[in-house]
Amino acid sequence: MLSDAEWQALALSLKIAGSAVGWTLIPGVALAWLLARHEFRGKALLDGVIHLPLVLPPVVVGYLLLLALGRQGWIGHWLQTTLGVTLPFTWQGAAVAGGVMAFPLLVRAVRLSLEAVDPKLEAAAATLGAGRWRVLFTITLPLALPGLLTGSVLAFARALSEFGATITFASNIPGETRTLPLALYTLIQTPGKEAAAARMCSLSIAIAMLSLIASEWLARRARRRLQERDR
Amino acid sequence: MSTLTTTSALSLDLRKRLGDFTLEVALEVAASGVTALFGESGSGKTSLLRLIAGLDRPDAGHVRLGQQWLTHCQRGIAVPVHRRRLGVVFQEPRLFPHYRVRGNLTYGMPRAARGRFDDLIALLGIEPLLERLPGTLSGGEARRVAVGRALLAQPRLLLLDEPLTGLDGERKQELLRYLVRLTREIDIPVLYVSHDTQEITAIADHLALIDSGRLVAHGPLDALLLRLDLGGRLGGFDAASRLYGRVSAQDAHYALTQITLADGQRLRVPRIDQPLGSGVRLRVGVRDVAIALAMPADTSYRNGLVARIVDTAPSTHDPSAQELRLAVGEQSLRARLTRQACDEMGLTPGREVIALIRSVAFEAPG
Repeated sequence: MLSDAEWQALALSLKIAGSAVGWTLIPGVALAWLLARHEFRGKALLDGVIHLPLVLPPVVVGYLLLLALGRQGWIGHWLQTTLGVTLPFTWQGAAVAGGVMAFPLLVRAVRLSLEAVDPKLEAAAATLGAGRWRVLFTITLPLALPGLLTGSVLAFARALSEFGATITFASNIPGETRTLPLALYTLIQTPGKEAAAARMCSLSIAIAMLSLIASEWLARRARRRLQERDR
Repeated sequence: MSTLTTTSALSLDLRKRLGDFTLEVALEVAASGVTALFGESGSGKTSLLRLIAGLDRPDAGHVRLGQQWLTHCQRGIAVPVHRRRLGVVFQEPRLFPHYRVRGNLTYGMPRAARGRFDDLIALLGIEPLLERLPGTLSGGEARRVAVGRALLAQPRLLLLDEPLTGLDGERKQELLRYLVRLTREIDIPVLYVSHDTQEITAIADHLALIDSGRLVAHGPLDALLLRLDLGGRLGGFDAASRLYGRVSAQDAHYALTQITLADGQRLRVPRIDQPLGSGVRLRVGVRDVAIALAMPADTSYRNGLVARIVDTAPSTHDPSAQELRLAVGEQSLRARLTRQACDEMGLTPGREVIALIRSVAFEAPG
């Protein structure tokens, strides 16, 4: 049904989107927690910077990534020389681009769910002898789990659909950075590939729908677990 | 610190600005028994409790538990909440919704407390609830679990912040009975915040009376209950005093229990489920006591105690009323009559009278 190149694009997309969520999850939760539970100078600025990718043209984000993480960029150069890691034009780079673009959605969802956790429960846990970390892992995060799950799925879907930042920063290399949207774009540019383009298009819609349904299902399950009632 | 000699479990001297008034309280909490922190809503009781628990920081002052400073502003000591080992039961039960009752109970429980688990849940009557989730519990059940959870963390002091808030009459009485029984079993001091005199006369041994952030009176509850000048504050209209005695007989047919006071006088009260010989504490409302000059023959008053008038004073809040303090053997009892009755009967200090108490006026105590 799908050609080898199409399967490749699909597998690559899942890998890149999965990695994107993977590397953003911990910093995303940490920042969401900081924003939800603390007051500090520059909070509004931090909040703004986190939300930038949501409002900037993706190409701008891709270009900024190239400036910072490219071989000549100040972080990119350091990565290259000390860790031997190259990000531009690699699938890891595509995962970085996807992660950056998905970051605000993740932080937003997690922050909202953290804010919904009653601080009184955390105080009660402290009076029972639980230190800050135990409170975080036994009370705060478990109670914020529905938001954590929806946030992750949302970020996954966003990274999967990433186009502008990816093509700018990681280019459109078959088997390396040619994800579903990029493959679709390439097919549209090629005469006589209308059927293949239609297949890619349907595939994208199917994955997006599946993500949304999965997210809804997971969140509902987690919520039900919290409010379970005996019959 | 080694030079500190202490007879009290908790010693505090705290100041904190709260909106439009300043909380400023110095207090020694007895090393055993229940100390009630009593005052009207907004008097600063709960704020004081939060300062002791370490949930808020005072502007100045200190808190010491036994030999350990928990807070000492001048020395920069502020032991974090989770290291204080104080059990706190809040106004709402605050159970963790994602843990079952068992998980809630064991959340703060050290290994050393495992042996107490079965006894405590039996005492609180929460055995059947262990596998339930908190969302399925009734208000009274959730409170009992919260109390058990706090105690299983092996605290050095138990802080109860109006634990009966929001319960209806019957549930309230039920939980109060559990708490009264519990506080007799445990050997740590208890600080009980409340604005309800009935609760306090049922449970407390000592009382700290707080008004607008200041300590107004502090001492053994029985002594304070008899202070006529505090009448308005300690319940006013519903003021009461307490009598102690032992169960000496049970009358199954009429569901009555006979109590013998230390001086040998007897009372009949609604049935108390306690074995013969066990000590009980009876709350007697000032309006439930009538005075006669001789034991009347035909009356529905079932209890007549020979008493002597110790002193009298006009009521602080009712111009028609006179407050009387009576001696019954070694114990004291308060009564409230109209001033007219006092004058016409010639009730003056030193006079022997009969204190009449209706049997149904006694509330079933714990």
